[in-house]
Amino acid sequence: MVQRRSLLDIVPHFILALGVIIIAFPVYIAFVASTWDAATISNGQMPLWPGPHFLENYYRTIFIGTAKTTREPVGIMMLNSFVMAMCIAIGKIAISLISAFAVVYFRFPFRMAAFWTIFITLMLPVEVRIYPTYKIVADLRLLDTYAGLTIPLIASATATLLFRQFFMTVPDELVEASRIDGAGPMKFFVDTLVPLSITSVAAMFVIQFIYGWNQYLWPLLITTSDNMQTIVIGIKKMIVTQDALTEWQIAMATAVLAMLPPVIVVVAMQKLFVKGLTETEK
Amino acid sequence: MNNVHLRKVGKIYAGGVEALRDIAFDIPDGAFCVLVGPSGCGKSTLLRMVAGLETITSGEISIGDRAVNDLDPSERDIAMVFQNYALYPHMSVYDNMAYGLRNRKTPKPEIEARVQEAARILEIGHLLDRKPRQLSGGQRQRVAMGRAIVRKPRVFLFDEPLSNLDAKLRIQMRVEIKKLQRTLGITSIYVTHDQLEAMTLADMLVVMNKGNIEQVGPPLQLYERPETVFVAGFIGAPPMNLIELPEGGVAGLALENRPVAPVIVGIRPEHFELAPVGTPAPLGISMQITAIEMVGAETYLYGALDGRGREVIVRVAGKAEQQIGERVTAVAERHNLHFFDPATGRRLAVS
Ligand SMILES: Nc1ncnc2c1ncn2[C@@H]1O[C@H](COP(=O)(O)OP(=O)(O)OP(=O)(O)O)[C@@H](O)[C@H]1O
Ligand SMILES: [Mg+2]
Repeated sequence: MVQRRSLLDIVPHFILALGVIIIAFPVYIAFVASTWDAATISNGQMPLWPGPHFLENYYRTIFIGTAKTTREPVGIMMLNSFVMAMCIAIGKIAISLISAFAVVYFRFPFRMAAFWTIFITLMLPVEVRIYPTYKIVADLRLLDTYAGLTIPLIASATATLLFRQFFMTVPDELVEASRIDGAGPMKFFVDTLVPLSITSVAAMFVIQFIYGWNQYLWPLLITTSDNMQTIVIGIKKMIVTQDALTEWQIAMATAVLAMLPPVIVVVAMQKLFVKGLTETEK
Repeated sequence: MNNVHLRKVGKIYAGGVEALRDIAFDIPDGAFCVLVGPSGCGKSTLLRMVAGLETITSGEISIGDRAVNDLDPSERDIAMVFQNYALYPHMSVYDNMAYGLRNRKTPKPEIEARVQEAARILEIGHLLDRKPRQLSGGQRQRVAMGRAIVRKPRVFLFDEPLSNLDAKLRIQMRVEIKKLQRTLGITSIYVTHDQLEAMTLADMLVVMNKGNIEQVGPPLQLYERPETVFVAGFIGAPPMNLIELPEGGVAGLALENRPVAPVIVGIRPEHFELAPVGTPAPLGISMQITAIEMVGAETYLYGALDGRGREVIVRVAGKAEQQIGERVTAVAERHNLHFFDPATGRRLAVS
């Protein structure tokens, strides 16, 4: 019995460990590559342990950048990516909260029509509507701006749906108690509904931040000047086809740096995030 | 004066459901009015119309001689206790109670004083920092009461506030609510479908049925002189025996000076007395016992008239020696009989 149990315990742990190794190994290699000099990497004999150029490589990556390909320090790119991801995440959450609030708590003409219109946009991600969206952004002279980078990505049906579902589970008596307590609709929204949604908001923030951070196609189209590049695009640009020109240690350092903010967001939000998925506090 | 007047109040929900018809009664200042009736009779609807949570289709409601039809709930100066308490889950007990006052721009020291006072009365002083989910049902109930008290409203509204509590706690809270209302002297409207709760709490009882008022009055008056068959059957537990007497009478029931026309005769289980066969009495029944319910201080005998026919309940004090299947005779006094018109359901004046 005891034997069987410990065996049963070991097998899943073994499989999990194997999975972790398979996933983590390339990340480790990327990190190792970012600590050697270019020559060591390109001669194909890179060791499996970190090298001596950690500080030097990361300093160059963040503050200077590659010499020829991106012409901008990665620090700027990270800032661009960060601004974009934050604007998208916060913008999406703000708009979705408000539109879900309107759809659930107000009776206005064409309410359901409005709801279904929002719903249909699920089928129209940027990739599908790329030409008209580009045209509009260009006509509004928003190319190469943060506004152009983020606004077209902000309208979001998923978050609206999520918040709508959540709001519908909030008991009506809470609204009524608020009305009796002298809180108007907006006060109810700010004082009660948003605090109650905080865990869903956290979950949404994590998902949307990563969505924003990983954007590739849209920033590629919309930004042309070097100082508006995002880090995801930066990585792509660093890796040129003539292998000799690729500064692999910089590219790898950039890759590692690109991974950090999403990881930090996930770790920081994890507690709230898990709570949001498991606990219903009503 | 914080009296509540209802004049010809009617409610038709969107979709054409007529929930209330011509409701009219007055609640005097400081009275405890209980709305009672079976599920779906419109009690909550009426209460919510007084609160302003439901629009008034027709008629007029006034609180303290001020028509409130077009006023927002917050302007009506009422406080409501909900069945599920409806506490704000993310706010502490203190904030739950203070929220309404803050929204009304009450000065901070005043809020503090009122919340502390309410907490003292309700004995929840030690819970002020907790969140509602860290409280038991009874404690939540108290907080909900506290939220109503701190506002010092003109009218308290309760919608089945005790129905989520267990039986023992319910009785305890019932007593406390009554005491509290007495000391504060605030006009109250209380909705329940528990007739015992209604009887014990009310200064003024309103029995409703299918969107109509059946009878309004002090609880004892409704018990002693029900104006309709419905009230007769609804008030009192176990309910009044209501026996339909067709022109020919029914077997197993002997009634002196029986009215010629068909009537419904009503007699409460507690007004029966067991007697030997053949005892002359204004009303005598003979029944075969089908079930016996002993609750300690008293015993209820369930039986069928003359061995079959309709069921009759007879209360006897203490324990009963009778057995199931036994035949017994029970008699009742004339002044304890109630007569109703089977066609209209209204009380008949039969001497
Ligand atoms: N929002 C609504 N729309 C349409 N009809 C409604 C609505 N709310 C209640 N009703 C109807 O109005 C009638 C009265 O309902 P109400 O909730 O007042 O009953 P109640 O006496 O409080 O019953 P209970 O004891 O079960 O709470 C019922 O027939 C109900 O179906
Ligand atoms: Mg109800």
